[in-house]
Order: sequence, then structure tokens, then C-alpha cells
Amino acid sequence: MSFKSTLCAATALSLVTAGSAFADGHSKTITIATVNNGDMIRMQGYTDTFTEATGISVEWVTLEENVLRQRVTTDITTKGGAFDIMTIGMYETPIWGANGWLVALDDLSDEYDVGDILPAMAGGLSHEGTLYAAPFYGESSMIMYRSDLMEKAGLEMPDAPTWEFIGEAAAAMTDRENEINGICLRGKAGWGEGGAFITAMSNSFGARWFDESWNAQFDTDAWANTLNFYKDMMDSAGPTGYATNGFNENLSLFQQGKCGMWIDATVAASFVTNPKDSTVADSVGFALAPDTGLGKRSNWLWAWALAIPAGTQQQAEAKQFIEWATSKDYIELVAANEGWANVPPGARTSLYENPNYQSVPFAKMTLDSILSADPNDSTVDATPYVGIQFAAIPEFAGIATEVSQEFSAAYAGQQTIAVALEKAQAITNEAMEAAGYR
Amino acid sequence: MARSVTTQRKALTTVAAWTIALIIFFPIYWTILTSFKTEAQAINDPPLFFAFDWTLENYSVVQERSDYMKFLWNSVIIAGGSTVLGILIAIPAAWSMAFVPSQRTKDILLWMLSTKMLPAVGVLYPISLIFVKFDLLDTRGGLLVVIMLINLPIIVWMLYTYFREIPGEILEASRMDGATLKEELLYVLTPMAIPGIASTLLLNFILAWNEAFWTLNLTAANAAPLTAFIASYSSPEGLFFAKLSAASTMAIAPILILGWFSQKQLVRGLTFGAVK
Repeated sequence: MSFKSTLCAATALSLVTAGSAFADGHSKTITIATVNNGDMIRMQGYTDTFTEATGISVEWVTLEENVLRQRVTTDITTKGGAFDIMTIGMYETPIWGANGWLVALDDLSDEYDVGDILPAMAGGLSHEGTLYAAPFYGESSMIMYRSDLMEKAGLEMPDAPTWEFIGEAAAAMTDRENEINGICLRGKAGWGEGGAFITAMSNSFGARWFDESWNAQFDTDAWANTLNFYKDMMDSAGPTGYATNGFNENLSLFQQGKCGMWIDATVAASFVTNPKDSTVADSVGFALAPDTGLGKRSNWLWAWALAIPAGTQQQAEAKQFIEWATSKDYIELVAANEGWANVPPGARTSLYENPNYQSVPFAKMTLDSILSADPNDSTVDATPYVGIQFAAIPEFAGIATEVSQEFSAAYAGQQTIAVALEKAQAITNEAMEAAGYR
Repeated sequence: MARSVTTQRKALTTVAAWTIALIIFFPIYWTILTSFKTEAQAINDPPLFFAFDWTLENYSVVQERSDYMKFLWNSVIIAGGSTVLGILIAIPAAWSMAFVPSQRTKDILLWMLSTKMLPAVGVLYPISLIFVKFDLLDTRGGLLVVIMLINLPIIVWMLYTYFREIPGEILEASRMDGATLKEELLYVLTPMAIPGIASTLLLNFILAWNEAFWTLNLTAANAAPLTAFIASYSSPEGLFFAKLSAASTMAIAPILILGWFSQKQLVRGLTFGAVK
């Protein structure tokens, strides 16, 4: 083949691929953007059941949480229309609902029983009383602890412990020779990682992000007490390098028997009690997240929920899917095939009234944790924002990521707690001023 | 004596080269190894090197959950199409800069390279809006053009460097023999530059294959390539390292095989002008 014909062939190939590529049509199926976690993946496995019942096909776009957040935010703000349903959380839903970017879910069928959604979840996924996303599953945070190590330490975990008790228990359970850390907590930078944990913890110490005039509150004793308590406890009883540990790192440590206690998302309960993956599955106990006696606990509230972007052309089909995926029937379907421990938790009141589900070891504590979290009243002193581990304003994710980086640097010993708090105060006030809040 | 020093130096260089190569290869090796473990073995401490029960379960789960061939085909079209299109545009551009330079040629080359210094996220919204406006979102064609454009400066630079090695007198001679510009490019310059074009093609194909910003942000269900396939197995809430490793191994396998068979051309392309 001469060079000229090679070049012609290459040009033709390029034009053909480009041509076929531009010819991509939009299918009639609905496209759903979602996160990669166990419950969502399980739902994908049951898509055929939905398609058989309705004739509507479903295309899944599964992405890692942070990538998903960036992707769906770009799509909704540019009115891209790439997705008919988006999986979003409690942070985005009220903000996007207020902006008119989401379709209101105010006409769901009677069979769906919207009143059965746990009030805390419905409240966090609404704006001015209108529901904008239906919870697929919800979570709070709680203490998961090794009952055998607790017993060995001569202690008994109360159902609702204080931070003081947790500090003492962590010290008593730590056994450096056998690589057992008394407590494992998130320290990793990121508003949804260590930032979420320390914000929820600070609520129980009487701290808050903003006063009622949107002034940052990192110069208060409450914040200093929170961070000093956290760092002192983790330095003496936490794992090495805890400043970079997030959910997965702590899950891995706990499953290998290297943590006495772990305070994190309630969904982790099914992982740590699964004998296939966890070496300590038969000796895990649960308790409410700790407090300091000020009336607020350090647990958060979160839901992964399904919402319809306002620009979709397939609103009716999207609503049909949401009604199916977040229904009581779906829960029954999963329970029948995979057992009650594997149904999506934390979304419906009826699930916790079901005797079958009540026999699941972590069911009660999960519900109690969810019920004890109120996004509209999460702090000891009054605030102008809604949210427990976040403030539901668009600027929060950026600010909290920077602030959590300063905190993580302090955990790692690169700066003092006082310096980290000073920087956090300056970062937050500057950003709030630039955004026009102050 | 001189001979023994040379041998010693050679041995040292060989050891150093192997050490560096093994360090670079280790993450790939570890990914492949992890893909044959269970999720519990994947996070075992101390890490398991060989003494574990090898399993193909992760590959089976990944195959069952995802349409691998669809992602693979998208990758082939996007990487292949953008490479060919880029080469077609870059050859005349590099020719003019190498053989008929102006006073501003170097400035233009530097300016082209400077576009690579802008973080991609800085133009995410403008590009997204253009894609929405022209209905290009989630199409392979739109993505192919974007990937071609972001790699074009590198293609032009590589070809320019290679063309500079070709004596201008040969082109002058062809002109004196009556060759037109088109004939000069097609029959004189390009055949002489085939090794350079081939290595540029390969390197650009690898860059396009691995591109993971635009391919994630401008696609959904139809045009998503293998980068999106990998991203779908990453999770901050749940330990799916073994499955993620299986997906990664499946995504990099085609490009590893291509790289293995074309290493000579790749090395030549990457060392243009390094030795005079």
C-alpha cells in the first residue's frame, strides 16, 4: 500500500469514526447517575424487574462520589440534560430545589405513601416544605465497638455514652503491642470526610460554624475544646497516620480487628458484621454517638436520594422509576432475595416497624441515631443554617474543604490547633464576605 | 583497567535501570495481583504477595455488572479518532514551522505549549456550555475533537522536533525537480518522517486513552470510555479494591499490550533530538 493510500485510509477512518460518533442518538431510555456503593449496585441488579413491569429501560452511569458530585453539578448548572435522574444528597437537595433546578416530588401516588418517609429524611430533602428528592437510603453515625475488648477492659458501653467515657475506654482498650488502637476516627481532609466528622463532633461540644450574623465561630472555646479533645485522644489511642484516614481506611482497620471503637456512618454496620469480610463480625456492639451533656450528640444525618433535574424530557418515566426504587415493595423485593440485613436502611418508618427488620442487630441503633439527628436544630446555640455536618449553603463545600485541610495539618503535627483555628477563622470570614453574607 | 571500569559502570547502570523500572512497574503489578484476591485479602495487613487463594471472581463480577466491550469500543474510537485527526492537522503545521519558519515561529510554539499549562477544570464550564449548545454532550464525536485539541500541541511539538532533523536540502532538491507543495509533503517529507510520525501516533494514542478529566465530565451512558468504566468501581464508602483492580487491569490491558509491541518506536519518539 502506497503512502498516499495509507493517508487516505487514515483520513477516511478518522471521518468515519467522527461521523458515527456525531450520529449518536439519544435513546428513549432513562439515564440515571449514581454512586458506587453496595445498595446502589444492588438496585442496578433489579433494574430488569422495573423494565419488565413498565417497559422503561434504564441506563446507569455509576461514578465515585466526588466525581459524581462534580459531574451532576456541571450538568444541572449548564442544563446539560445528560441525566433523567440524579443521585444527590442532603447538602445539594435544598439548595438546588430553591434554585428551581429540580422537579418537585409533590404528586407521588397514594400507594407510594410519602408520609412513610422518616420525617428527618423528608425534612432534609425538602425546601420550604416541598420534597425535591426521594431517599433511597439514609444514614446517621454511631459507635461501633468490639464487645470482647470492652469486656476485657472491664468496661460496659452505655447506649448513650459521653465523650469522657469514650476517651477513657479508648485508653483502656489500646494495646500497642498487639496493634490494637482504642479508637479509629476520620482525620482525612475533605468536607465530606474528616470535615463531616469534626463538624458533627463539634456540635456536641457546643460549637457551631456561624453565629446568626454569619460570622465564623472558630475563635470560640467550644471549637478549641473539640479539636484538642480529638487530637489528644487520637494521639494516645488512635492509629498511626490517622490524619489521612477516611471511611475506607478505618473500615479496613476495624475489619482486621485493629480498632476498639469506630464512630462512623451507620451503613458500616452491615460491613463490620459481615463474616465474609470482617474478622470481628461476631463481637461488634453498637451505641449512640457520644455527647458532652450539652443536649446535642455528635451524630450526623445523610441520605442518598433520587432527584429529577428540571430539564429532563422524560419526567414521567423518571418519577415512575423513583416511585419504584424508593417504595416499600422494593424493600420487600430485596429482603425476599437477599435477606433483611441487606435492604436499603434509614428511609422509611415502616421498615423499622417490621418485626423481620427489628431482628437485625444494628436496626434499632440505626433508627435511634437517625431520630436523634435534627438538621434544623443541630447546635447548642442558634445558627442561621440548616444541616448537621454541613451548612446547607453553596459556599460551604469549598470553605469546609479548606478548613478541614488546616485541621488535618494540625492532626499531623504540622501546625498547632490554635494556628489551625486561626486560619479556619480567617478563611471562613473572608469567603463569607466575598460571597456577600457579611 | 579501563575495560573493568566500563564493566562496573555498565553493571551499576543496569542495576539502577532495573531498580527504577521495577519501582515504576510496581503499582501496575500490585493492581494486577490485587485483582485476583478477595476483598478481604485485598486489605490484608501485612499485604499478601503470593500466598493467597487466587480467584477470578472479581473479573466475573465486573463482566456481569458492566458492558466492558461498549466502554472499550468507545475508548478505541475516541483515542484512535483523535490521534488520526490530530496527526492530519499537525503534519502541515509542523512542516511550515520546521522548514519555513517566521520570526514568530518560536513564540507560536511556546504559546501552543502554554495552553497545556491551563488546568482543565478552568475551562470546564465554557466547554460544557459549548457542548450543550451544539448537542455534543455524551457523543464520541464531541469528545474526540476535545481530546484531539488538548493533545495537538504535543503532536505538533513532537513532529516539529523530528522534522528539524531532516535536512532542508532534500526538500529543496525536490522543489527544484518540480514537486508541488502537496507532492513535497506527501512523497518526500512524510515517507522520511514515518518513524517519527509512528511514535507520535503511539504516544498520542496512549495519552488519549488515559485522559480522565474530559472523558468523565462530558459523557454519560453513550460515549463513556474505559476511564469511566474504572471510575464506576471506585467508592469512598465501601471496600471494593479487588473489583476496582480487576476493572483497572481490564482497562489498561489493551494499552499495555500495544505499548509492549511498540516499545522501540516509543523510545525513539521520546528521545528525538536527545543525542546529536
